[in-house]
Amino acid sequence: MAVEHNPIREGYFGEFGGAFIPEMLRENVVTLASRYREILAEVGFRQELDALLRDYVGRPTPLYHARRLSEDLGVTIFLKREDLCHTGSHKLNNAIGQVLLARRLGRTRIIAETGAGQHGVATATACALLNLPCVVYMGRRDMERQAPNVARMRLLGAEVRSVTSGSETLKDATNEALRDWIANPADTHYVIGSVVGPHPFPSMVAAFQSVIGAEIETQFAAATGGDVPDAIVACVGGGSNAIGGFVRFLDNAQVRLIGAEAAGEGIATPCTAATLTLGRPGVLHGARTMLLQTNDGQIVEAHSISAGLDYPGVGPQHAHLHASGRAEYVAVTDRQALDAVKLLCRTEGIIPALESAHAIAALSLARFEPGVRVVLVLSGRGDKDLATYERELATPEAE
Amino acid sequence: MSQRFRDAVSNGRPLLSVYMTAGFPQLDDTVRLARTLQDAGADMLEIGMPFSDPVADGPVIQSASEVALENGMTIELLFRQLESLRSSVSIPVFLMGYWNPVMQFGPKRFVNDCMVAGVDGLILPDLPLEEYCATFQSDVERAGLAYAGMIAPSTSDSRVREIDSSVNGFLYAVSVSGVTGATGGFGEAQLSYFKRLSDLDLRNPVIVGFGIHDAPTFSGATAHSAGGIVGTAFIRHLREHGLDVSRMRNFLNSIRPAG
Repeated sequence: MAVEHNPIREGYFGEFGGAFIPEMLRENVVTLASRYREILAEVGFRQELDALLRDYVGRPTPLYHARRLSEDLGVTIFLKREDLCHTGSHKLNNAIGQVLLARRLGRTRIIAETGAGQHGVATATACALLNLPCVVYMGRRDMERQAPNVARMRLLGAEVRSVTSGSETLKDATNEALRDWIANPADTHYVIGSVVGPHPFPSMVAAFQSVIGAEIETQFAAATGGDVPDAIVACVGGGSNAIGGFVRFLDNAQVRLIGAEAAGEGIATPCTAATLTLGRPGVLHGARTMLLQTNDGQIVEAHSISAGLDYPGVGPQHAHLHASGRAEYVAVTDRQALDAVKLLCRTEGIIPALESAHAIAALSLARFEPGVRVVLVLSGRGDKDLATYERELATPEAE
Repeated sequence: MSQRFRDAVSNGRPLLSVYMTAGFPQLDDTVRLARTLQDAGADMLEIGMPFSDPVADGPVIQSASEVALENGMTIELLFRQLESLRSSVSIPVFLMGYWNPVMQFGPKRFVNDCMVAGVDGLILPDLPLEEYCATFQSDVERAGLAYAGMIAPSTSDSRVREIDSSVNGFLYAVSVSGVTGATGGFGEAQLSYFKRLSDLDLRNPVIVGFGIHDAPTFSGATAHSAGGIVGTAFIRHLREHGLDVSRMRNFLNSIRPAG
């Protein structure tokens, strides 16, 4: 597989990216940066990964023409069904890839961070499958909010460590995973869950998620007699499913790329996670990117009803695509996302994850020309969000 | 580079450097604590600029940073506090912190304010050498500030030499791969690492940090280096005993016996 990214210089996307890491991590990060591309290009590695993606993850996932949703919105919509992946989201594409890679590098222990728990479950799953011990760091508050995923990880044999520093959420879980890696550089690989962190993680995770866009290209062409979509829409927290959907089309300016970030209660309120809309350049978790921060450079806690988008940073490649104007980013509120959940349930019989619902809501905000055909990356399913939906959305009986 | 720092290093005996967090335990303690540490026998100070996401720090320094931020500490305020630093503190002072707050403050303005305040140098653990050289070094050196290059046990000899030839200040040798606050002793691996560094015959003095908390760890670290840094153990002492100078002197003497 060709590595599907195009940083302008090593580790940088325009002015964003780099590897802002303490010297203690340098050896690991340099080894990873120098070896991951050659390993990804090995025939044996490709065969092993492709077989697992097909037989275990369930790829290719369908590209489904959502006719009733299309009718409702007046735009032709195809859903890329990442929600049908094993473990319920696109996260497993990356987790399986990285754990396989870690094994090639001779690492014997895996660590990960998780917010909503989807990446933690995916990593715990990959570790069970490939027989490696797994430690997942999770903010204490997130462990309470996402208890079913904590139970899943433990059932899969992972150790879930509660993080009680800072805001006790994803940002702090990431800090704690980095501290673990600093303390265990020789035997441990850190499976970062999104296109964030120091180089080479943003490019490497993009490479593992680029299978999404590659399948979209083939499947869309098959469905339309050789055409290319007019737009790709995806939600953006760190932004891995969006990059996975975008990278194949970056060089084709005819394809609009639209990311949906979480506005929380609104971009005029302090309760938001709209990093690209509101943030300023800064350095967090090893990368220069856009951040929600105070004037003094302290990182601000993000807010979104969706735990998976609740992050004060964003992948550096998104920061660059935003700055260069190649991709557009719209901010979707909690309420708009909840309305979109209902819309997809009622028109298509699909219960989306709250994260993915932000992308659905963005369809109404993106102002499409009549007649365009849009692919929406449905990154995950909504089982994990049922409690929120029961609380926030009126049932038919109550209407 | 400042004469103060040069003199402290060439003083003959191993230098005892102490880390404190600006704005901790109370917001206005910064300069008072610096002076108390000097009176208690510290040879050099590292004043930590608190950051919300300190990935190289263990729980003790993390929580001191959190308290300092809750107290209202900012870089802006730190420089106002440091206006009175040099009227009472004559030992070298380094500022230590993470890159993002410095970047937001403005790197040029930051080094300028350091110069005005009489700060001697900087330690920025998450700014790697390549980024330092590309974006910050010229400002730092124009201001005459010293700069600490971090090295770890995993750093190769050739990389140590590269860092040594690129910075003017000292090499901050992290004793073990880990975050601040280790409580064990130093084993053979660490002692031979310190020896290996000393055998490299570097331009800059080596000062060892992370895990120094008592006399054996201090003497182990400084047998082959110019000095040792006490951070977490001091923050613990401070939390328990406050700014009392005689207790502080006893604490520092328990790490580097007086003499």
